[in-house]
Amino acid sequence: MADKRNNPGMASRRRFLADMARTAGGVALLGLGVGLYSRQAASLPVSAIRPPGALPEADFLGACIRCGLCVRDCPYDTLKLSELGEDVATGTPYFVARDVPCEMCDDIPCVKACPTGALDHTLTDIDEARMGLAVLVDQETCIAFQGLRCEVCYNVCPVRGKAITLEMRHNERSGKHALFIPEVHSSACTGCGKCEQACVMEQAAIKVMPVSLAKGELGHHYRLGWEEKRKSGESLVAPDVPHEYNLPEGQRYEHGGAGLIFEESANKTPFGKSALDTLNGRSAAQ
Amino acid sequence: MKLTRREFIKSNAIAATAVAAGVTIPGISPVLAKSKDAIRWDKAPCRFCGTGCSVLVGTKDGRVVATQGDPDAPVNRGLNCIKGYFLSKIMYGDDRLTTPLLRMKNGKYDKEGDFAEVSWDQAFDVMEEKWKAAIKKDLERNKGLPPEELTSSVGMFGSGQWTIWEGYAASKLYKGGFRSNHLDPNARHCMASAVGAFMRGFGADEPMGCYDDLEHADVFVLWGANMAEMHPILWSRLTDTRLTKEGCEVHVLSTFEHRCFELGDNNMVFTPQTDLAILNYIANYIIQNKAYNEDFIGKHVNFTKTPTDIGYGLRPEHPLEQQAKNPGKGKLSKISFEEYAKSVEPYTLEYASELSGVPADQLERLAKVYADPDKKVSSYWTMGFNQHTRGVWANGLTYNVHLLMGKISEPGNSPFSLTGQPSACGTAREVGTFSHRLPADLVVKKKEHRDYAEQVWKLPAGTIPGKVGYHAVLQNRMLKDGKLNAYWVMCNNNMQAAANMNEETLPGYRNPDNFIVVSDPYPTVTAQAADLILPTAMWTEKEGAYGNAERRTQFWRQQVKAPGEARSDVWQLVEFSKRFKAEEVWPEELLAKKPEYRGKTLYDILYRNGQVDEFPKQKVTDAAGNVYDNDEMEDFGFYLQKGLFEEYRIFGTQGPKKGHDLGEFDSYHKTRGLRWPVVDGKETLWRYREGYDPFVAAGEDVKFYGKPDGRASIIFAPYEPPAESPDEEYDLWLSTGRVLEHWHSGSMTRRVPELYRAFPDAVIFMHPDDAKARGLRRGLSAKVVSRRGDITARIETRGRNRPPRGLIFVPWFDASRLINKVTLDATDPLSKETDYKKCAVKVVKA
Amino acid sequence: MTVRTVSIGADAIASKGWIGAHKWLLVRRTSQLSILALFLLGPWLGIWIVKGNLNASLALDVLPLTDPYVLLQTLLTWHVPGLTASIGALIVLAFYLLAGGRVYCAWVCPVNMVTDAAHWLRERLGIKGGSRLPRNTRYWVLAMTLVLAVVTGSVAWELVNPVSMLHRGLIFGMGFAWSIVLAVFMLDLFVSRRAWCGHLCPVGAFYSLLGHVTPLRVSAVSRDACNDCMDCYAVCPEPQVIPPALKGEDKGIGPVILAANCTNCGRCIDVCAKDVFVFASRFQNKSGGLGRKSPSQKMEVMS
Repeated sequence: MADKRNNPGMASRRRFLADMARTAGGVALLGLGVGLYSRQAASLPVSAIRPPGALPEADFLGACIRCGLCVRDCPYDTLKLSELGEDVATGTPYFVARDVPCEMCDDIPCVKACPTGALDHTLTDIDEARMGLAVLVDQETCIAFQGLRCEVCYNVCPVRGKAITLEMRHNERSGKHALFIPEVHSSACTGCGKCEQACVMEQAAIKVMPVSLAKGELGHHYRLGWEEKRKSGESLVAPDVPHEYNLPEGQRYEHGGAGLIFEESANKTPFGKSALDTLNGRSAAQ
Repeated sequence: MKLTRREFIKSNAIAATAVAAGVTIPGISPVLAKSKDAIRWDKAPCRFCGTGCSVLVGTKDGRVVATQGDPDAPVNRGLNCIKGYFLSKIMYGDDRLTTPLLRMKNGKYDKEGDFAEVSWDQAFDVMEEKWKAAIKKDLERNKGLPPEELTSSVGMFGSGQWTIWEGYAASKLYKGGFRSNHLDPNARHCMASAVGAFMRGFGADEPMGCYDDLEHADVFVLWGANMAEMHPILWSRLTDTRLTKEGCEVHVLSTFEHRCFELGDNNMVFTPQTDLAILNYIANYIIQNKAYNEDFIGKHVNFTKTPTDIGYGLRPEHPLEQQAKNPGKGKLSKISFEEYAKSVEPYTLEYASELSGVPADQLERLAKVYADPDKKVSSYWTMGFNQHTRGVWANGLTYNVHLLMGKISEPGNSPFSLTGQPSACGTAREVGTFSHRLPADLVVKKKEHRDYAEQVWKLPAGTIPGKVGYHAVLQNRMLKDGKLNAYWVMCNNNMQAAANMNEETLPGYRNPDNFIVVSDPYPTVTAQAADLILPTAMWTEKEGAYGNAERRTQFWRQQVKAPGEARSDVWQLVEFSKRFKAEEVWPEELLAKKPEYRGKTLYDILYRNGQVDEFPKQKVTDAAGNVYDNDEMEDFGFYLQKGLFEEYRIFGTQGPKKGHDLGEFDSYHKTRGLRWPVVDGKETLWRYREGYDPFVAAGEDVKFYGKPDGRASIIFAPYEPPAESPDEEYDLWLSTGRVLEHWHSGSMTRRVPELYRAFPDAVIFMHPDDAKARGLRRGLSAKVVSRRGDITARIETRGRNRPPRGLIFVPWFDASRLINKVTLDATDPLSKETDYKKCAVKVVKA
Repeated sequence: MTVRTVSIGADAIASKGWIGAHKWLLVRRTSQLSILALFLLGPWLGIWIVKGNLNASLALDVLPLTDPYVLLQTLLTWHVPGLTASIGALIVLAFYLLAGGRVYCAWVCPVNMVTDAAHWLRERLGIKGGSRLPRNTRYWVLAMTLVLAVVTGSVAWELVNPVSMLHRGLIFGMGFAWSIVLAVFMLDLFVSRRAWCGHLCPVGAFYSLLGHVTPLRVSAVSRDACNDCMDCYAVCPEPQVIPPALKGEDKGIGPVILAANCTNCGRCIDVCAKDVFVFASRFQNKSGGLGRKSPSQKMEVMS
């Protein structure tokens, strides 16, 4: 063990520099390897979802110290720490919605447990969590689109009615049934994954994805007029002055409404169409 | 392998002959082998609810491997709900029962023993011994008594999921063979109130309308029915009409917000039990505004009233029964229209609104659609009305409203009682497996009805007892009291389903005086409480027939064999009958009337009577030439199902009550069901109206021919409070019910992994403020406690059901959270149906 | 250094008995295993005294402990760590400043058992030679891990760090972490003596930095009794730390081992038949005389 480095005086300056260069080179190579591996490990697989309040992935990988305290405080054993060999950066917490989804605890114990703030402590309302976004990825397979009465995703959604709604449509094929089409709304979906877990298909037709993957983005140069009007509560440009039209007798025109209207002016009486209408004060003119 | 053209033709010809002859020739050719590889498709009704969707069942290698919604079925046109989607998996749970299991100690039956496998012979030996012991006591006790006074200690709890012939065979065995009317179906828990009201109002059971009303109504009113989840495909039709028909409205009434509220135009959450007041208010509104159909009520309606203060169907010593003035009374007395009008007068808008908690304008809006002669109104209800201590009244009050307006028996104008079970109508009601009924609307109380049944069944006069037997709830009480000793539970899960399990159901099953047999495909909670478990073939493991809520009778062929030694219910019933000689079950005076029955077994008398065994063994084939098993035909040597059905059909076509005609056995195998009465092969869509109903003669317009005078009854019944209401300590209402994903007690659907995952455990649906007030929140475990028992489940404040403050909803499908430990066994004293929707509980931290 | 044919510590066993010659080793193993057991009590038996792992933990739901090295990397990714983590790191820093930075390596780190085992086997099999690594490589590695954090913006070293990987693996699930642990074992067995802990590990390197000021040290207090048996060198994972203290009397160097890389493992105390070494304080380092004073100054009581 008589390492020459412990006695640098004995080594020639040249030898010393060569040794140092060799060490530095080796370590740099190791660093390069680890660095490249870390780049690869930074790409989170689509099926792995971070706990609520997780910082954006790039920041999260810097902030998370892989302690597993969030995992320990998860009452439903939803979260797990990635093990070496898995596609998720080793030691970081995640869950797979199809296996065990997030139960959306009101008190968010996983976030509270995080010592570093990798899970953002400013998240106090679980409804505000955005772990991902559910996407009905396969409308061809989803049996609701075929008119079957499934709606399991909708029924299990903890923010049901907001994050997932059912759009009812006429079933053209059967002619006398309705379709109950699940629709996901990013404004309310927390990405908890209950829908994906519960989906009864062999492969889930609804899947939780990273928001960045699931969302499109409207061109920055364009706004949806009706949305802007709804947001501001009134027309962005002051409404027109009242319009007047050249119309024959018995017709009127509703600007912005029904358009041309034929008025039922003939045989006007103050009575209703039936005895009951009359009794209930419903005149035919109404 | 290559075939020359000549060889091909030859081998094909042989194959064709072989198929025609029903033989397979070993190793004939890959051409034939290939056709054997393919999935064979045949039709069957869905195993679950009363909607009666049809599916095509795909079998391969003796196993149901797939299903598809039947695109040619009029009810569902190829669609299914999520339960129907998984039909092919319900028969293949890992823990299917495949052999009889008997509680044994040291190789012998012992009530306290552990279940051990036995053979069918051993199983029937023990059963025979127990039944004979009970019947022997009965014979002694009944010596010299007339049929009206006969009592029995053998009983059976049957099912609205029985096939038609299973119910019929059971009815014959018990009422005709064992001379016991203690046969009741689980439909008692679900349809009895509807039946009571049909009989009181129209003298004939089952709806006058059909599902086509769903396309023809302008207004839908839901009374205590969560169709969105419980009748998914019908809801889909209703929704479509609402979406596509201009002016269509949906009014929803319930004691809590549920899925139907998502479509409703006028959603009303009312205080439990006040539906009675709301209905009377509507009648009052119609009368006050003179909107009633004077012509219709003049010609087709009688006004009557029902006795009031009738108690709550509890045990007679219960204080509530002691207080009641007219416990169990239901005899109608005629009143005039004016008297009726006077009776409903107190039910003003203000009173109804105050009592029910529904805003006045909403109630008025509802009353107006009923009162509007230009609007076709269909009312739908299920358990909210039926499971009600005044269920018969509530059903009747709805008919009152429809009858006042004449909005009945025509497309779109329909008071429609939906059913929960696939054959609550077809088997429980039409076959008459209730403790008071016989087939085709006949009742045991009427001698002429008994006489007719005995004549059809070729039994000695006076065989059928004239006293109404123990109904479902009473059976449990009598088991506990030791009055019912040999008891067979078949095709239901009553330990889980019956109310007040700890106090009433379980003690009866475990009473050492009793021997309990449970036939089921799966080890249910009921099976666990039994002494003998018989493994049962289910659904398409046997040939079957169901009747749905719109009077549609649907058949299916046996598709696969049951696993292990499982046997169909009808096999079990008929096979067991071989164990009894006439002398062992009947007194001498009865035998004397038919001496030819001496030495004969009940099997000979009931099922080899020249009618049931009329049709010899044959090959069951479909139009494509596929050949199907029929294990019962194989075992008994004749076409048992056909014989039973054809004999049963006599009651409908020739019996004292007209309008119950069914088509011929063979015709049903060729159709997607027929709606009875089927006369000359034609279905009936709307009953009691000229043109639609063949039993209404030309010029009669409308005739309620179930009643002797052809008039329906408007029956006044007041509001009366429920049996148990929240108080200081038990401060919440408890309502129980179902969810879309699970069917009834979950014994089938919870064995489908996907359905289990979709809704694994029962939860307590609760208002978030109620949870908060108790220091609870969503996801926490909590205890639901009543005076009778408690269960623990998780709180759900965000789910599909949103109860108002003061009420919780707990589904009953979960065998590990038996909510019926908590419920009260109060029943409608008239229908004997339990009120599962109202009792008082508290919820505390678990 | 000659590898002796007589087994190391035989003299000590002869004079003090086996227990006496393995006292600190036994205490140290007990410490390592107890700490591991504390972490495992939760997941295995549901007794939650400590949650988390060596990177960060929470004891009895109140006491946060954070590995300052990991937290430093986090800081370098430009993440401002939460208060809990920072307090935890300060507590840990304070502890190791007092107890000796590399006490972590000898008394806490689970990899120590792996590398000790590899070393034991290497000695048993008589494997010699292999690659010679400079002992300061670890500081290069340490620097590299910190640079990596800055460059990648993630705690990249944690992807491969055998120390946290083994500990986390035992508590949360191994996955393929065993392969890294095996690599360390093989490295120590075949490639170089004491390669990982003594030459490469950046965690040890980080903690050694604290060792420059820690009061608790080993002192060759009876160095004049040394019979040059060389057993202490043989057992020492960082043998370069011994000579100044043991043989420095002539040069006026005090008996306390001041080198930061001494792990305070106490094995030299165990194997010395002459009881040359004791635990002592950094400040009891006057050249000469100390060992002759009363035994009460020995810090054996600290155990």
